[in-house]
Amino acid sequence: MIIRTLIAATLIGAAGLAPALAADEPQVVRQDLMKKNGKDLGVLVKMVKGEAPFDAAQAQAALTEIHGVASEFGAYFPEGSETGFDTEAAPAIWSDRAGFDKAVAQFEADAKTAMDAAPADLDALKAVFGPLTKNCGACHETYRLKNS
Amino acid sequence: MSRLAIGLGVAAVAAAATAFVLTMPKPVQSARLETISGLEGDPVAGEAVFWAGGCASCHAAPGAEGDALKVLSGGVRLKSDFGTFIGPNISPDPEHGIGGWSVADFANAMLAGVSPDGGHYYPAFPYGSYARMSDKDIADLFAFLKTLPASATASLPHELGFPFNIRRTLGGWKLLFFSDQPRVALASDDPALVRGQYLVEGPGHCGECHTPRNALGGFKTDAWLAGAKNPEGEGVIPNLTPGGKSIGSWSAADIAYYLESGFTPDFDSVGGSMVDVQKNMAHLPGSDREAIAAYLKALPDRPDGWK
Repeated sequence: MIIRTLIAATLIGAAGLAPALAADEPQVVRQDLMKKNGKDLGVLVKMVKGEAPFDAAQAQAALTEIHGVASEFGAYFPEGSETGFDTEAAPAIWSDRAGFDKAVAQFEADAKTAMDAAPADLDALKAVFGPLTKNCGACHETYRLKNS
Repeated sequence: MSRLAIGLGVAAVAAAATAFVLTMPKPVQSARLETISGLEGDPVAGEAVFWAGGCASCHAAPGAEGDALKVLSGGVRLKSDFGTFIGPNISPDPEHGIGGWSVADFANAMLAGVSPDGGHYYPAFPYGSYARMSDKDIADLFAFLKTLPASATASLPHELGFPFNIRRTLGGWKLLFFSDQPRVALASDDPALVRGQYLVEGPGHCGECHTPRNALGGFKTDAWLAGAKNPEGEGVIPNLTPGGKSIGSWSAADIAYYLESGFTPDFDSVGGSMVDVQKNMAHLPGSDREAIAAYLKALPDRPDGWK
């Protein structure tokens, strides 16, 4: 009896600890990936807008990381992660999985094109920047909902 | 018949007559229509009004992009608490579009929500905002629309339940909520602010989504641009006032850049129904986007309108 109570208490305790492991939840992982993406885009935008000098190595690092995010991103929308952790994922991701997968594949393809172009000067960066970012809004139009 | 019954009967007839008069569609005053009809519309200037007004978002075919945005065949479905509205054909086709309209017909539609046959339009067509537009912008926009390709696609009827399918009830709605007055009093007459107020409250019709509504579909006037529930489903439409969490931390330059590029200050991107709006805003001169930003930063703080 005592042992059973102890086991039950341990299980309840473990369940209680689960929120502490939030960093592993898909909702959190995919949010962090998009934040990383935003940071890298910021590096590129500042160069494109002339607010920072063009730096080929920095630009390439950002483009490579964006491609990394794009390759990984689609894996973090399993069934059961529709809600929670302030997710802004729209129900359309799960109701229109094929459309979402296609949009993520497009993101990956656009990111690969930009990365492979390896822009050597500002004009080359500007040339890849437009095609790289033109689909951000198209995907967020359908597959993201703002909560605030 | 008792005197009471006669009295009640007279009162009922009087009430019905009053309601009939009060809900009658009221077109624009004839002097103003004459002024507008006397203007020579400039289609080039009208194109800027077209983008500021977001006409294509509801009147181009669903999913249209690029040049297809200028074929105003209609068909976009706009869900609301009252039913689904379907954007009509406003291309220059004389049968299915507005090819047979005079500029006075157009002014009545835009400024008073009154159709050429004298009926009410539903305020899903945001004449409650367009009512603030200038005579010149109306004439220029009409001149631009006439340059666009005609489309022979028939307009579809709105899908509304009773009593919202009775257009006459809109006379009551207009009586309660229609106004062509400023939504907020600005502390300064800085030309950029005045221009921003014109664009946001008039052609841009930002408040139509960003301001919460009461049960009858009128704006909660003390919550101007405070954000609202998304009428099309889940999620919210952000709070645009300077104290709000949505964009309160953005500078005026951040707002202008967002409207130009679709990027937030964190380099997140525009989403939802704002994607089309941002693409429209990208067509405006930079000074107009800066004016919109200046006006938004000058708004009174309001708590989130969806709470």
